[in-house]
Amino acid sequence: MAFDFTQETVKAWRRENGRVGVRNHVLILPVDDISNAACEAVANNVKGTMAIPHAYGRLQFGADLDLHFRTIIGTGANPNVAAVVVIGIEPEWTKTVVDGIAATGKPVEGFWIEQNGDFETIRRASWKAKEFVHWATELQKEDCPLTDLWVSTKCGESDTTTGLSSCPTVGNMYDKLLPHGLYGVFGETSEITGAEHICEKRAANPEAAAKFRKTWQAYTDDVIEAHKTSDLSDSQPTKGNILGGLTTIEEKALGNLEKIGRTSSYIDVLEPAEAPEKGRGLYFMDTSSAAAECVTLMAAAGYVIHTFPTGQGNVVGNPIVPVIKISGNPRTLRTMSEHIDVDVTGVLRRDMTIDQAGDALIEMIRRTANGRLTAAEALGHREFSMTKLYRSA
Amino acid sequence: MTANTHPQLLVHDKADNVGVVVVEGLSAGTDMLCVCTEDNSDFRLTAKADIPIGHKAALTALQQGDTVIKYGEDIGKMVGAAEVGGHVHTHNLKTKRW
Repeated sequence: MAFDFTQETVKAWRRENGRVGVRNHVLILPVDDISNAACEAVANNVKGTMAIPHAYGRLQFGADLDLHFRTIIGTGANPNVAAVVVIGIEPEWTKTVVDGIAATGKPVEGFWIEQNGDFETIRRASWKAKEFVHWATELQKEDCPLTDLWVSTKCGESDTTTGLSSCPTVGNMYDKLLPHGLYGVFGETSEITGAEHICEKRAANPEAAAKFRKTWQAYTDDVIEAHKTSDLSDSQPTKGNILGGLTTIEEKALGNLEKIGRTSSYIDVLEPAEAPEKGRGLYFMDTSSAAAECVTLMAAAGYVIHTFPTGQGNVVGNPIVPVIKISGNPRTLRTMSEHIDVDVTGVLRRDMTIDQAGDALIEMIRRTANGRLTAAEALGHREFSMTKLYRSA
Repeated sequence: MTANTHPQLLVHDKADNVGVVVVEGLSAGTDMLCVCTEDNSDFRLTAKADIPIGHKAALTALQQGDTVIKYGEDIGKMVGAAEVGGHVHTHNLKTKRW
């Protein structure tokens, strides 16, 4: 089932800014935590919409506030989103989010609660949401090159089988598709620890290598050294990782890096939720290794499909981005197969090569782009977790 | 491929001194088919312990202080011993970093 990757197309939505989306969500997006209730009420009133409540957005400042806006605006701007109703407590930050999303050219309208109350806000926002749903549901899919997709990766509940099977499956997919123009991204700064010297060498140019080293060092100094009690050993590797046979952070990091394959190299290093700006290719993003936070940041950067290798069985999903789970652990397939989209247990039995596993993943990316719901989507996993850099004022 | 040609242990790299058990319920005394994924070469090794799926077995006798190699890279040091075919896990392997 070898594909000609340059000729392969998917049926997807070409957005106003030229980007390709594989889902067609109408989002009801809160600017802040206290607007969650109004957003959920609108989503209840108008079917075919989705509210994505979250925990933050008040009294943040500096780089932490920048990241908040980047995450919220990036989520609304993602090509998997057709149109957005934004609700905030007050008009100014609401307008910041609306203007940021409007730059994509997609329909977006903002509402605020102060001087209106929840009732009036919900009434007006519901009318707009209904209008957006009618408009979005008539948008037609068109043939788009498979390699116009932006595909992110992050693994979770890793074990030794991820390094042997599911992570190199993703790596094989990247090795095949990146040369034809795919956008990719990997991250997990804390999980690269132990193989940072190897990751640094996988940069495509000296600038990216230097930026990676600086990012990794800042993480080590500002996060680990500043907050550690003894070491990372209570959370890296995680208890689940250790049950799965991983022992040291080096072993975990080496397995993690299998996700970028044999030949792929990253062309730039991104801030959390920062959209790539150096053209087609692979990027490294400075992220936590916590699954929902990492996937949320990559979705906010504009990635439309996520590939997620798991060993022990992480069940994470995302509200707007289909998360494709890949596992090679036969016990996980035996006990929780409802969460797994691509079974690569054959790699451990030596019935399946990494090349075949990579093709199976590409086929699942194609089917997912064409509309197949992932296991996480079918099971209602919509984890939207904002990354916070420090305490609010 | 028939079941009896499925490996019980996979090794990433020829330089590695540990391999990963890839079947459930492996018991001490099992004569394991071991495959190195780097070149698909195989060898046999007797498990000296009940080793859970995903956990590692020593390919050579490992002493306290020895460096453990996996993926052809240093993944830490032994803080206890493991005989050939013995279980290598957090009780006898630690990072050198902390």
